[in-house]
Amino acid sequence: MGGMALPQVAPVETPEIQEVPEEDRPWVTIVWDDPVNLMSYVTWVFQKLFGYSKEKAERLMMDVHTKGKAVVSIGARERMEMDANQLHGYGLWATVDRG
Amino acid sequence: MFRRSGGQCVATFAHDEVRVLRKVAAEVVGLLTDGMDHTDPVVSRLFPDIYPDRPDDSQEFRLYTEGDLKTGKIDQAGAILAALPDEGEGEVRLDGEAAEAWLRAINDARLAMGTRLEIAADTDLGEELDNAVIDDPGSSRVFQLSVYAYLGYLQESLLNALPEIK
Repeated sequence: MGGMALPQVAPVETPEIQEVPEEDRPWVTIVWDDPVNLMSYVTWVFQKLFGYSKEKAERLMMDVHTKGKAVVSIGARERMEMDANQLHGYGLWATVDRG
Repeated sequence: MFRRSGGQCVATFAHDEVRVLRKVAAEVVGLLTDGMDHTDPVVSRLFPDIYPDRPDDSQEFRLYTEGDLKTGKIDQAGAILAALPDEGEGEVRLDGEAAEAWLRAINDARLAMGTRLEIAADTDLGEELDNAVIDDPGSSRVFQLSVYAYLGYLQESLLNALPEIK
């Protein structure tokens, strides 16, 4: 780009980021890392329970493992509570929160 | 260890393995049936708070769901007891549903034992076991660590013996 005059561009107005009001935000199910569950088991649970592809299930499992937690489902509060409860049935450490 | 054979997950267990698996499954059932103590870290791990920052909401949710969750966990531990020979060695053949119950039950047992043994993310199980053997080869910790490691291999072998999920 050396030597070429750049066209003058009026600064684009950045629209103000709208805070989504808390009551409109969807709920999320979070799975937390724990030192006991096998990586292969966690992947299997994500496939089995959510019908996720092996690739997606493995990616989520790696997120849990490396980042300490991952959002595994998003939606209405009751639905997230059901997901977390089923995850507890499989022995995964799951909680529910607002996204 | 499990292998896949004729559409089922199959394992042949030696006498000692049958005894250990029956003991482990019975311990999980015992833990869940003797009026659960929620201050016990094992119970908190098997039945985590769904809203960590909102104890009242967690408690209310627990009120409606814990009974079924507990029954499910007792049933899956029961699936291990039901499939094993009463004593002595023997072969176990699991269809898809029974294999899932076994996986979940082995996992509950590993969670219970792992919590009691204070297994952490950086725990090296081999090293832990070596140290326990040096301390006292006949200790309960040596036995518990060995069983915990064994259950991990068993669970992995069962996962590998399952058909691919489409």
